Amino acid sequence: MVVMKMKFPFQKRVKLAQGLWLLSWCATVAGATTFTLGCLLKTELRRRAEVMANTDIHIVPNTLMIVGLASLGINYFASKICQDALDAGRFPRWKNFLKPYFAVSCFFTVLMLLAIIMSYAMKGSLESSLKAGLRNGIRFYKDTDTPGRCFQKQNIDRLQMEFQCCGNNDFRDWFEIQWISNRYLDFSSTEVKNRIKSNVDGRYLVDGVPFSCCNPSSPRPCIQYRLTNNSAHYNYDYQTEELNIYLRGCREALVNYYMGLMNTIGAGVLSIFLLQGSVLVSLRFLQTAMEAVAGKENTEIETEGYLLEKGVKETVMEYLDPVLTFLLLKNKVQEGTAGETTTAPA
Amino acid sequence: MAVLKVKFTKTRRDKLAQILWILNWISVVTGVILFSLGLFLKVELKKREELMAEKDIQYVPNMLIAVGLIACIINFLGGKICYDCVDSTKFLRWKLIMLPYIVCTFFFTLCVLVGALMCYSMHWELEEALNLGLMQAMRFYKDTDMPGRCFLKHTVDTLQIQFQCCGNSGYKDWFQIQWISNRYLDMSKKEVIDRLRSNVEGKYLMDGVPFSCCNIDSPRPCIQQQITNNSAHFNYEHQTEDQNLWMKGCRQALLEYYTHIMQSIGLTVLITWLFELSVLTGVRYLQTSLENMLRQGDPDSESDGWLLENSFMETARTNLSIIKSLGKSNQINTANNGDPNIDVPSTSKAHYGPDNVPPKEKMETS
Repeated sequence: MVVMKMKFPFQKRVKLAQGLWLLSWCATVAGATTFTLGCLLKTELRRRAEVMANTDIHIVPNTLMIVGLASLGINYFASKICQDALDAGRFPRWKNFLKPYFAVSCFFTVLMLLAIIMSYAMKGSLESSLKAGLRNGIRFYKDTDTPGRCFQKQNIDRLQMEFQCCGNNDFRDWFEIQWISNRYLDFSSTEVKNRIKSNVDGRYLVDGVPFSCCNPSSPRPCIQYRLTNNSAHYNYDYQTEELNIYLRGCREALVNYYMGLMNTIGAGVLSIFLLQGSVLVSLRFLQTAMEAVAGKENTEIETEGYLLEKGVKETVMEYLDPVLTFLLLKNKVQEGTAGETTTAPA
Repeated sequence: MAVLKVKFTKTRRDKLAQILWILNWISVVTGVILFSLGLFLKVELKKREELMAEKDIQYVPNMLIAVGLIACIINFLGGKICYDCVDSTKFLRWKLIMLPYIVCTFFFTLCVLVGALMCYSMHWELEEALNLGLMQAMRFYKDTDMPGRCFLKHTVDTLQIQFQCCGNSGYKDWFQIQWISNRYLDMSKKEVIDRLRSNVEGKYLMDGVPFSCCNIDSPRPCIQQQITNNSAHFNYEHQTEDQNLWMKGCRQALLEYYTHIMQSIGLTVLITWLFELSVLTGVRYLQTSLENMLRQGDPDSESDGWLLENSFMETARTNLSIIKSLGKSNQINTANNGDPNIDVPSTSKAHYGPDNVPPKEKMETS
């Protein structure tokens, strides 16, 4: 049961080969583009590596880079094959190469599709990674004298100013941690002592935020401290004030930024996937059509081309069998000998 | 005695024409680069025009844009001329235009040089414009409710954050102006009234700065208020503290930024000028050698090319006399009281021999 049989007269074969040659060079450029997009995404993720707890999300750009490089090779060979296809003398030398070539190409094309799906599916993983990373960043904000953490303050300040956000979920996260180091607290002052005593963990908590949360678009000078105390500031209502500091949380801001980036890249890679798929399908048709011509005297006869000789399931098993025997998951030889020994005595 | 005479064989002339054709097209590209540099500078200056007082500094990018466009046109024409110069018949088409073209291009290269020098001279005018502009901007920082000035706060804050600077010359400039609007001052409080009274003009001055002056690299949370009061903050020494706020003044920061751009552009324009000058020299040699070839009549002959036919002084003298006589040709001859109808006998009459010579006798044989 042949899959997708099509008739190919000589002229159609010629046109197919020419079109395929052009298409494969376009696909090569597209492969290079995929690689570049993967590099871009990886660079952007690495820039904010300090606020990400794990690097699980890096699998998306890594896959894109691998697929980009592989498609360069795949399309290079595709152009070479279709150049030789119409020449009856040169086409047979590709005979043994084509079966593994198609297997590898299908694998990488499917991998491209997987990369796109992953970029949407890993939003949750990215979000939890950012949640943990930002929590640590805010917690170690004050530790500018501890080696390994001394740049956390800078990173968080720069992040909040660049992405116009404050805190993890929102600015109230700053109320729950001590972000002013003990080095700058006057322990002889009663106010400081009271504040530390009122807290179970002995931390100096304030209802204030760092200056990087301040919104430059606010019409009034920034109110950073005593945010929840309406009477501490003239003409100020904490509930309705929304221009004073950034109200958005940094996790939300970063997730939106990266999802936007990955959506754009995903759309581009999807079109490249379709292009690559069409290259492989056309090459398969060309190959099967030319194989029917081999050995015949008149090379200009009409032949049939098809996608798969047998059904889909049978073809898949045919390709997987050598892989499985290689991995020793199926011990065919042993079964055969056991059958012989049992039947021999009888 | 020609200036810098060089002999040109036919092949050398052709090669020169071809090379000049390529160089002219490269010059078109450099003209486009000049144009885009001028455009870039114009955009950069316009972006911060709120912070610059009304000084006429837009003439520099405008000049660059004009020079770039004219360079494109001139070199495009030059490319066409040089392309045709390989063939001596086609050269005849351009023969009359070439000399005026060369003169125009010479004056144009002078303009390019002037443009390059202007890039470097803009520095002082820019500094003055920035000084006045920043002073005004800081004064109107608090006026976020006045139309026309309501975005100055945002502009100054983003400027200080982006360029990592504070105030005009330094952060102390903020101590001398009221940057907190009266709308946010509680006039019923004693402390506010005292501060207003202590000042001659009734301004609310404080030793504090806006949040945008805060230094991101500081190890401690930013100290914005009571900066000069050491006892107000724990472990704080106002004189030695240099990481708390940005120490650089915004005027200096912006000046450095623009000077850097101007220097790069000025260097590019100077290189373009040298390139244009060399192309012009080549075209001049090509023109003179082709004209000499035409004078000799043989297209394959060797001819001389030069920069100037006579020495520099003689050429200057002849040109000046031409310019003077151009002026004189408009003057009416005032010899006969200005009346052109009186016949004035010519003094330099041609001699055809003496008068009253009898005609020659006929031959005696007749």
